[in-house]
Amino acid sequence: MIQTHASVHSVEEIASDIFRLAFRSREISAAALPGQFVNIKVNDSLFPLLRRPFSIFFVEGEIVSIIFNIIGEGTRILVGKKPGDVIDVIGPLGNGFSAGMDSDNYKTALIVAGGLGIAPFPFFLSKLGKDKNVLFFVGARTSKQIVRHGIDHIHAATDDGSEGFAGNVVDLLTEHLSDHHYERPRIFCCGPTRMLRRLSEFAQQKRIECYASLECAMACGVGLCQGCPVETISGKKKYALVCKEGPVFETSTVFV
Amino acid sequence: MNESFTLAGLTFRNRVLVASGTFGYGDEVLGLVDVNALGGIVTKSLSMKPRDGNPAPRITETASGMLNSIGLANIGVQKFIEEKIPKLSLISCAVIANIAASSIEEYCAVLEALDSFEVIAGFEINVSCPNVKEGGLSFGTDKTKVVLITKELRRRTKKPLIIKLTPNVTHISEFARAVESEGADAVSVINTLIGMAIDIRTHKTKLSTVTGGLSGPAIKPVAIAKVYEVYRAVKIPILGIGGITSWEDAIEFLLAGASAIQVGTYNFVDPSAGAKIAAGIKLFCEQQSISDVGELVGAVQAERKLSVIESWL
Repeated sequence: MIQTHASVHSVEEIASDIFRLAFRSREISAAALPGQFVNIKVNDSLFPLLRRPFSIFFVEGEIVSIIFNIIGEGTRILVGKKPGDVIDVIGPLGNGFSAGMDSDNYKTALIVAGGLGIAPFPFFLSKLGKDKNVLFFVGARTSKQIVRHGIDHIHAATDDGSEGFAGNVVDLLTEHLSDHHYERPRIFCCGPTRMLRRLSEFAQQKRIECYASLECAMACGVGLCQGCPVETISGKKKYALVCKEGPVFETSTVFV
Repeated sequence: MNESFTLAGLTFRNRVLVASGTFGYGDEVLGLVDVNALGGIVTKSLSMKPRDGNPAPRITETASGMLNSIGLANIGVQKFIEEKIPKLSLISCAVIANIAASSIEEYCAVLEALDSFEVIAGFEINVSCPNVKEGGLSFGTDKTKVVLITKELRRRTKKPLIIKLTPNVTHISEFARAVESEGADAVSVINTLIGMAIDIRTHKTKLSTVTGGLSGPAIKPVAIAKVYEVYRAVKIPILGIGGITSWEDAIEFLLAGASAIQVGTYNFVDPSAGAKIAAGIKLFCEQQSISDVGELVGAVQAERKLSVIESWL
């Protein structure tokens, strides 16, 4: 974990209303692992006050990128960044997918992403062992909102039916797995809480291990504020912190 | 230029501390921050037994501030002694243990468990947490209870005893005067203000506990007014807290009457804020040919008397 003033490399719209911001940081790019996040102070002002956490989307050389849509003041400021602008970044933070992905106990990675939940997976794919099979299920509102960066083949689900399965991505996965059999599967997912909750239940029924990247409002991102609890199922303590012990959890260990 | 500050025999390297609940137990960011550049660390509130804290959502951002309802989540005093004290012994700035409890007996028990450890330089007593059912604000807004807690703890320690006061009362200075007369060595002013926020789409409150504590730059002017009010009422030192993000903010608190300051919420944004603020105060004083930062304490030139509150001061 380091705190650095990073130079913005580029900001581009990579899907309809979805933006990718890339910045240069030798230290963060060298240390980053899939599923970790960075916490960005978007300007020097006291409004917005807090940093904004973003999953690491991709790492290429010294360039680290994140994706976002414009939902508030913080992201509105971020989208206006120009190459060479400086942002204050703390990262890489949290425990990512490593414990789940770097394991010999599965063969097929079933990746399930809803909306901006695609964020950690391009980096994830670039680090996944070559011996694994990968199936990529992506849910989005429309075909134009599907982020395709670095992903060759996807099973799409769109709300409006403009591409692939018309409906949500969990139904798509369920349907697909009822017709196909995969060797020793494991689920990796990120997206809206309701989607993760359904996947967690599905995984439990099918006895598939499932790793989910959770989202939670955070103030500090490093464990100082204790502001991002998730209730544990069988731990010694009632809550784990999403920022420090997560954001990726094996779903049988927490109430998603 | 003298930056140091002495409180009941305890000397702080400078007048910048980090506030309870905003810096963990001091060891979380050791790799990121030079804690020895601080005057002191105030630990997260400690209770006798571990506390889980409140359900999510515990925090929400507001205009230049945040609401929190953590609920005093902490590891409990025994685990603190076993796991944190050995690490804290390696740092050279003063460590103040903050204590929160739901009974007077519990306050006493936690203090007694910690009093013999050399690394614990003093105690700050949280009688003002707005986010727990028992203790917390129900103590902090009841002067009789605050007096009793101060009296019982004073009998049990020779180390500096600081009472952290809530602004959620009509006259905070009455509480300051009351704890001063019971032998408190200092007061911390202020804890968070009770606040609330609602999601207009779902009609749900943005915190699981409905209300929470407001902190951050949004509360700074309130905090400065409370520091000034208390400064006029008591002789013991004041640790000023509330929305400090810069050395300029810190000096404003000193001028209002704070002998030292604590950086709180802004640690979440910049864990090095305290160190930067200490350096900024030093530079400012050198440029202004001030030989001791203490010269600034209470040096506000208030030409008008306090119109609203002077009648009862």
